[in-house]
Amino acid sequence: MSLLIKLFFSFIQVGLFSVGGGYAAIPLIQAQVVDLHHLMTMEQFTDLITIAEMTPGPISINSATFVGTQLGWQLGAWGGPVGAILCTLGCIIPSFIICLTLAHFYYKYRSFSGVQTVLSALRPAVVALIGSAGTSILMLGLFQADIQSFHWADFRWVEFIMFGVCLFILRRFKPSAVAVILGSGVVGTLIYLGIGALTGQGITGLL
Amino acid sequence: MKQEKTPGVLRKLFWSMFVLSAFTFGGGFVIVSLMKKKFVEELKWLEEDEMLDVTAITQSSPGPLPVNASVIIGYRMRGVVGSLVAILGTILPPMIIIFIISMCYEQFRTNPYIAVALQVMRAGVAAVIFDVVINLAKNVVKTRSILYIAMMVIAFILTCFFKVNAMLIILSCLGIGILDLLIDLYRKKGAAAK
Repeated sequence: MSLLIKLFFSFIQVGLFSVGGGYAAIPLIQAQVVDLHHLMTMEQFTDLITIAEMTPGPISINSATFVGTQLGWQLGAWGGPVGAILCTLGCIIPSFIICLTLAHFYYKYRSFSGVQTVLSALRPAVVALIGSAGTSILMLGLFQADIQSFHWADFRWVEFIMFGVCLFILRRFKPSAVAVILGSGVVGTLIYLGIGALTGQGITGLL
Repeated sequence: MKQEKTPGVLRKLFWSMFVLSAFTFGGGFVIVSLMKKKFVEELKWLEEDEMLDVTAITQSSPGPLPVNASVIIGYRMRGVVGSLVAILGTILPPMIIIFIISMCYEQFRTNPYIAVALQVMRAGVAAVIFDVVINLAKNVVKTRSILYIAMMVIAFILTCFFKVNAMLIILSCLGIGILDLLIDLYRKKGAAAK
């Protein structure tokens, strides 16, 4: 039981100090779980990050659930779910308190013209940040590398065409985002299965 | 603050967050784009400027971005209860998915079909984000403010090509905003003195 309490407080610290998106949380989780409390090996931790990145949802929630489940099982059948819930709770409690306070003040003062002037200066930056995140994902899709280290030789036509078609459909017909994401996964996999079968490489040779 | 009184808001809030959270592959800004599409364009619960402000606040607070955003949007719709409902919707899908995967993670990690599907899905995710960004950028251009357009372009170049920390960009723009406000106040004072 003391293990779970230790985890809970570790993840409160992760939640409190990971400012600026999911990747900021990775070194903090490593410090708590691998270096400080020796609850996981570095190998297990690398697996954890791979899986957290492959699955939907915030990376710190994914990691918290994974660590809680894996370590909780050692305490018995009930330990997995309890561990997952405790770690996730720890991770979100600081966010909840801080954001609730900020939301309260934002809605109280946002109609003031002075506050509006300051906020207007933030909006272009936010648009740029979202655009930059989109570019990173596009580069991963097209080259499996980021913009600093990509090679033209790795260019992937299938993803490029998929991107173009998806964007056209989104602009033209305004479907739901989830339908487009899911559709791109299904259609893209079928295309790769087809290419794999035609070239005789199989699907693994294409990754 | 104008809270939404129509019945079923809490249920809609929960399921919207649940579905969005289940499909956000790849980082916090993806869910922001999805939330903008859902809450601003589809449900018309929030204004576009409000969504951008919420994004700036979530990015500058500690903790996972999607959770932060759901706290604020939930609070906007139904106060603290709304926040709790939105958080629950956000964290349940990843918790359920990871819980299942952690029981058979070796098979999951090495499955080639899953790997291919996740790789091609990036094209779809990127298209969704670009769709949202085109709309947002158009509105920044429409302000016809050279300052704002320049800030957007410079911030994009800095984060995209030079990997400057997002937090630093937001804080700098906050500084520019405060400066802008002070200049504004100074001018008004000057005009009043004349």
